[in-house]
Amino acid sequence: MIRLTDIHKAFGSNHVLRGVNLHVPRGTSMVIIGGSGTGKSIALKCILGLVTHDSGTIEVDGQDVRKGDRDAFLARFGMLFQGGALFDSLPVWQNVAFRLMRGSLKRPRAEAREIAIEKLRRVGLKPDVADKLPAELSGGMQKRVGLARAIAAEPEIIFFDEPTTGLDPIMAGVINELIREIVTEMGATAMTITHDMTSVRAIADNVAMLHDGVIKWTGPVAQMDNSGDPYLDQFIHGRATGPIEAVR
Amino acid sequence: MIALYPLAALGRAVLALLAAIGRFAIFTGQTVSHLVRPPFYPREFGQAMMQIGYFSLPVVGLTALFTGGALALQIYAGGARFSAEAVVPQIVAIGMVRELGPVLVGLMIAARVTSSIAAEIATMKVTEQIDALVTLSTHPMKYLTLPRVLAATLVMPLLVGVGDIIGIYGGFLVGTERLGFNAATYLKNTADFLELRDIVSSLAKGAVFGFIAALMGCYYGMNSTRGAMGVGRATKGSVVAAAVLILAANFILTEAFFAL
Ligand SMILES: Nc1ncnc2c1ncn2[C@@H]1O[C@H](COP(=O)(O)OP(=O)(O)O)[C@@H](O)[C@H]1O
Ligand SMILES: [Mg+2]
Repeated sequence: MIRLTDIHKAFGSNHVLRGVNLHVPRGTSMVIIGGSGTGKSIALKCILGLVTHDSGTIEVDGQDVRKGDRDAFLARFGMLFQGGALFDSLPVWQNVAFRLMRGSLKRPRAEAREIAIEKLRRVGLKPDVADKLPAELSGGMQKRVGLARAIAAEPEIIFFDEPTTGLDPIMAGVINELIREIVTEMGATAMTITHDMTSVRAIADNVAMLHDGVIKWTGPVAQMDNSGDPYLDQFIHGRATGPIEAVR
Repeated sequence: MIALYPLAALGRAVLALLAAIGRFAIFTGQTVSHLVRPPFYPREFGQAMMQIGYFSLPVVGLTALFTGGALALQIYAGGARFSAEAVVPQIVAIGMVRELGPVLVGLMIAARVTSSIAAEIATMKVTEQIDALVTLSTHPMKYLTLPRVLAATLVMPLLVGVGDIIGIYGGFLVGTERLGFNAATYLKNTADFLELRDIVSSLAKGAVFGFIAALMGCYYGMNSTRGAMGVGRATKGSVVAAAVLILAANFILTEAFFAL
């Protein structure tokens, strides 16, 4: 359903993506792994059109993402940003219900609030955070609010950029389960970026590893452990030595 | 070859300037075009009216009061003692309404409103909030830029009007309390001397300056680079650009209104 073909993206002399090819079938969960700064976030942003890629094509349902009705396109997506990206001038519940309070999905305020509180509960947050401002929450709580916002309008395609970074192991487990549930129960298509190998095993149908601007390895999560790929092995086992240089 | 270096540098600077003007013109055009393209965000507009208009009243009032007072003293001291009772109110009125009112209120708004808009939007940009808006099917120009620019354009004439009146009142206070003028004569001299054109030009300048101030804040905020340094640079750039453009626009508008 989502297909990236030979995507290139450079910032000045920094060639971040150098020919990324990736296919994510409908209703599956793809996890992207790779060292920090390898362009994982940029790849997701290219799909959403937040960053324009220099060359290559990105198709969703066979349709080039640069063409067609942008509003209708974006309405199908939910995104959790790496930093949460909550609107700090709005209370938590209005962040979560943002999409339900304006535009084509607009509904009465009370109803939007109710949905927001329900989504907050699903990410493990109590109703009393609803009226707080994002700045009053811890980083991990902000992340979960961002997650609640991403799933609030029940989108078909959801991107999670490091959903469990900064969470305690138990809460990380809750979030992993939630993401898995969204894919299996709601039939959503998910792309998740993570460094956490526990998450990878809990969330992924397929795994792709980004390194040096290309997808070094991709395949079903079951084949990850005996891929024979030295890059992937080094990453999975967190070894300091191997083909991936750990500059110190 | 070496002789051509200064020329090449000049060429680059001119090209960069032209590119900046082009980008800015596009930004302005887009902002204005959203005026007629729904959806609109009345709540954000209302908040912007409060922030830009209502909460600016104290600083506008104080600026105008002191300036009007100082102007009266200055004219009196500057050798107009002969017919001071007539000249002081007239020059204070003309000076405040035609030039000082709009310009000073404009500059205060650049300091207070442009900077805060730029810092807020730049912070939203570097913390991915602008990206988040887009993914939530909300156009940042409609949601952030248009309400602020529209509010500033509509509310600035009111602020300038208030500034004009308080400035004249400052002159009146100094005239009657310090210089011993008759209060009724002072007011009569003020009212007789001001023309409708003075007042219209004053309020029109206000609208233009408000547009410039808010637009600069939004433009620099939206184009902020990454990190805290990006936010700082955007804020500084926006205030400098707004102040310079306000002064330049003031010259052009004065030329248009009074040179005929
Ligand atoms: N807006 C930008 N301007 C310039 N460089 C950027 C920008 N966004 C990201 N980069 C660079 O692109 C590279 C990849 O960034 P990112 O996708 O965020 O990495 P990650 O894989 O950790 O998510 C980094 O080297 C970063 O410095
Ligand atoms: Mg990232």
